[in-house]
Amino acid sequence: MTTLPVPRSLSLRARQPALGLLGLVGAAAVVEVLPRSGLVDSRFLPPFSSMVSELAHQLTVGEFWAALGGTLRGWALGLAVAMIAGIVAGVLIGSIPFLRAVTASTIEFLRPIPSVALIPLVVLIYGSRPQSALVLVVYAAFWQVLVQVLYGVADVDPVVRDTARSYRFSRSTIIRKVLWPTALPYIVTGFRLAASVALILQITAELIIGVPGLGRSIGVAQSSGAVTETYALVIVVGLLGVAVNASARAVERRVLRWHTSVRGEL
Amino acid sequence: MRFADLPRRMIVALGLPIVLIVLWWLVSARSTSFFWPPLSTIVRAFPETWTGDPILHDVLPSLARLTAGYLIALFAGVAAGTAIGSSPTLRALCEPTLEFLRAVPPPVLVPVIALFAGYTGSTSKVITIALGCLWPILLNAVEGVRSIDEVLRDTARSYRLGRRATLTMVLRGASPRIATGARQALSIGVILMVISELFGANRGLGAAIVQFQRGFAIPQMWTGIILLGVLGVALSGLFRLVEHRTLAWYRGQRQADRGA
Repeated sequence: MTTLPVPRSLSLRARQPALGLLGLVGAAAVVEVLPRSGLVDSRFLPPFSSMVSELAHQLTVGEFWAALGGTLRGWALGLAVAMIAGIVAGVLIGSIPFLRAVTASTIEFLRPIPSVALIPLVVLIYGSRPQSALVLVVYAAFWQVLVQVLYGVADVDPVVRDTARSYRFSRSTIIRKVLWPTALPYIVTGFRLAASVALILQITAELIIGVPGLGRSIGVAQSSGAVTETYALVIVVGLLGVAVNASARAVERRVLRWHTSVRGEL
Repeated sequence: MRFADLPRRMIVALGLPIVLIVLWWLVSARSTSFFWPPLSTIVRAFPETWTGDPILHDVLPSLARLTAGYLIALFAGVAAGTAIGSSPTLRALCEPTLEFLRAVPPPVLVPVIALFAGYTGSTSKVITIALGCLWPILLNAVEGVRSIDEVLRDTARSYRLGRRATLTMVLRGASPRIATGARQALSIGVILMVISELFGANRGLGAAIVQFQRGFAIPQMWTGIILLGVLGVALSGLFRLVEHRTLAWYRGQRQADRGA
């Protein structure tokens, strides 16, 4: 590489956050101007500034924090259950060739079943209790994790595995020393995918079934005509999504840094 | 030898599903539980529940809305994604805003769109599906266009390829990423197809299933759940078929790269 592209990309990199901020400000300005100029009825889309002031008001309301807590709790619990179940099942199925061959078609069939198909069933069994959301979240997130773990276990270098076997490593040592490090990057990818899917299903369950949380608050605000509050809560949910994506990516970077540093030395 | 292998593979592939279905059949056979009717009852309820009128007025309109919304998202997402991905400045400008829009869980689109248009017609549902499917396709298209081989791009420029040829090159290069986005969008589309029908008085596959649940028509509800599951499997199979054909060159390239 010549030195020529370096200053160019550097200057762009320096400008990038500024430009991104400009884009966000521009989007906010559009949302401010559209209703104020009368192009869009402000009954449907209130100006951005009133969304923000409503959001600030929400921050002082106890109900808002209770709803946010409910959403976060359901999301975290469902994600944790799905991760543990997915990793245990994935390592078990993936490391036993017979199990893997026999279950492949079943997994391929069950995975694309949309978890919203289970909504009527969980409504009948749990009503609008948090368990309804939990079932949907776990079902949706589990497959994301399981499939990634299976890929990861399949990626183990045969030479390394055979070496470990020749040295008569015990099964648990093979899992800890050979399987786990290879599968870890895949597991983290599964975690990232599962984290955002889990949030989608948690909000869905709140919105549709009425499980307590931000989704239900949005539904209530919309049907009672509190338009500004609806938008304020949608912004909160969006920021929550950004936070989930960003923290999942941070976790991923941490794990992958270790991984690539090892591979870099090889 | 391959022929001798075939029955074995069939047994391996079909063995567990058959065992599970038989197990479900046997365990539920004498079930008197209200929520878990015998599988035989569900199977008997299936043809009468999903023939004639419901197919015409529930299943087909749902699928038509899904197709329309998905195709709109695909075209708009690829077009906008190609434009944004081709210009570094535009990309830097849009990226945080797009990241935010993508992070908004798509189901909350339903109440927002309901504010504008009410939620009885087909249009609002198609808009919901299209908006939900748009972001994964768009962001992956941006990423795909961005990661096209520098050399390929420069070669195209040196040979002074025309606009059309360059565009074809860019779309081809970005297509593996676009396919990834399109696959994510498909499962979001199915979710939104169902959710969008649960608001207000509606017809459609999702609406019908909830109607059964509210009327405590449990075997019928189960047939709906099974139908929705089969639909999800069929759509992902169809997607894989299309992907397999259109991205055959990409698989070949990857295999060549690995030296396999």
